[in-house]
Amino acid sequence: MKFSLDLRRLINQDNNIVQLIVMTILIFAIMTVLSPDKFLRYYNFESIAYIFPELGLLSIAMMIAMLTGGIDLSVIGIANLSGILAGILFKKFSDETGVADTGLSVVMLGAIIALGTGLVAGALNGLLITKARITPILATLGTGQVFTGLAIVFTGGPAIVGFPDAWAFVGNGRIFGLPTPLVLFVVIAALIAFILTRTTFGMNLMLIGTNPKAALFAGLKRERMVIYSYMMTGVLASVAGIILSGRTNAAKSDYGTSYLLQAVLIAVLGGTNPAGGRGTVLGISIAVIALMLLSSGFQILRFSNHLIDLIWGAFLLLVIALNAYQGRSSR
Amino acid sequence: MTGNKMAWLRKSEVVIAGILLLAMILIGLVNPAFWQLDNLFGLLRSNVIIGIMALGVLLIMISGGIDVSFPAFAVAAMYLTIKGMLYFDYNGVVLPFVAAATMGALLGCLNAFFVYKFRMIPLIVTLGTASMVRGFLLGVVGTSIININKMPDVLIDFAKTDIITLPQTDGGTSGLTAMVLVYFVLAALLHFVLRHTMIGRGVYALGGDAEAASRAGFDLRKVIFFIYCVAGALAGFAGLLHSSMIWLANPRDFVGLELDVIAAVVLGGASIFGGRGSVIGTMLGVFMLVMVKNSLIIMKIDTTWQRVAVGVIIVIATAITAWRDNRAKA
Repeated sequence: MKFSLDLRRLINQDNNIVQLIVMTILIFAIMTVLSPDKFLRYYNFESIAYIFPELGLLSIAMMIAMLTGGIDLSVIGIANLSGILAGILFKKFSDETGVADTGLSVVMLGAIIALGTGLVAGALNGLLITKARITPILATLGTGQVFTGLAIVFTGGPAIVGFPDAWAFVGNGRIFGLPTPLVLFVVIAALIAFILTRTTFGMNLMLIGTNPKAALFAGLKRERMVIYSYMMTGVLASVAGIILSGRTNAAKSDYGTSYLLQAVLIAVLGGTNPAGGRGTVLGISIAVIALMLLSSGFQILRFSNHLIDLIWGAFLLLVIALNAYQGRSSR
Repeated sequence: MTGNKMAWLRKSEVVIAGILLLAMILIGLVNPAFWQLDNLFGLLRSNVIIGIMALGVLLIMISGGIDVSFPAFAVAAMYLTIKGMLYFDYNGVVLPFVAAATMGALLGCLNAFFVYKFRMIPLIVTLGTASMVRGFLLGVVGTSIININKMPDVLIDFAKTDIITLPQTDGGTSGLTAMVLVYFVLAALLHFVLRHTMIGRGVYALGGDAEAASRAGFDLRKVIFFIYCVAGALAGFAGLLHSSMIWLANPRDFVGLELDVIAAVVLGGASIFGGRGSVIGTMLGVFMLVMVKNSLIIMKIDTTWQRVAVGVIIVIATAITAWRDNRAKA
């Protein structure tokens, strides 16, 4: 921790948003030049609008964990477990009619179970971090294994296929002509932004991340705040799990494993300080769109997924280097 | 070095050894087949690769960092080395292992560069380098498995060496692989470096308090590069040894191995807060983890529970070390 303390000063926030927008436009322009006929098609942007919300929510979840100087490596496990538990419930309730026609009340119950999974999982993370005083990295590494492991135990390995139509609507449907995941993302992102910037809870979280000692002397209930923040992280991961299982009509223990690195990358790229105290929903939202444009562009250019992994990793290191470089020159 | 502190350290390892023994007795009661030499030899064999990697992770965790990139480094060093051997039609043992370790060390330097130069949290740096190296290996070098009929025979023969061979009742033989000696020698070396050299003490000092270590005259750059390069070298070496032992080179190998290794190191009493941890504790931790994973099968528990078991082990072991550290601080 001591090692990364001076990073806090390095990232100038407003500067960061401008920078992100410039980067997004650059990526957009480059991809347009490289492949104008395919990249600029309406279909391409529509598919991005369906795919990015789950990653965006996971990145916001990651940011919330980073606000207190932590990290949550169990988000993927939580997302998958949520989808799987809901899927098992639907299978149980739909013996005669088939899963697709499951009634709305059962679907609501499934949603409650999925969100509840995230809430409980997040509370477990928070308790382990505050009460058992395990470092966030190891606590969530361990619980992530447990959640993924439980997902394997419940499914026995293969995917659960077949979700109710109402559930699929969350991942595939449209509200007023807009993709449901996009609408959900905008609503949730706005809500989280409101909570983080306009409520006492949000302010306190930022303070805890900026200066834990001062926050303690100011009388903040640090432990409770941290537990709440991990519960929020867990619930966001569940929502991502619901969207993912709705969009693909399936849930599996190892879906979306590459999202973990991407969520960390987007959080850091979006101006979050991993040492705590700084991060904005707006920054994350722009960063996720920038990176989705980048990766869809590379897919159109027929880069293999492995090469895209290489580029994501290189991008993360580049961002770290740039952030540090900027901090040095402005000091 | 006060005698008191040494006594405490010794006690910590005695506790781990005690738990290990208890677990062995319990597993033996459930299934007496556990105590058959064949099974014990197999267990020791499974210790080698995880153990060598754990030595590197121990080094990093003593310094207060964490590394999730070493499985990627291991697989890259292994696959590139074997590709190289096939390309040059090279038949030797020493040079390939040196090459694999060097590749690992160079990749480790990349980690060290980012951790030192940009003061970035090691977890995020190593997530990035791991993704890059794996992406490079699979996207640029290739995805095809090199299987037994193409694997260099020298490597397979080398890894086949046994120390002891005992006849089995069914007519076959069961042997203890000589690779455990390689593991023990590396462990002894690291133990010596950590306990009795300046750079080794620097690793502990950095983990205890970076600022204090720097003021005490330790060259932090040297220490950080040493830590990550040695960890990378150990990973590269272990990678090649692994493929020699299983007779094939799979560029998708070692996925998720970082969790097992980190769990083993934590189980061995190392603290992620840094400044704590020993080679002997880590070796005991590795043995415990391997034994638990193997014994789930012997105890007829469904293998789907393995992930849950490893996760629970990580959580419990870290909770105990955190409790110990907090008590020591108070």
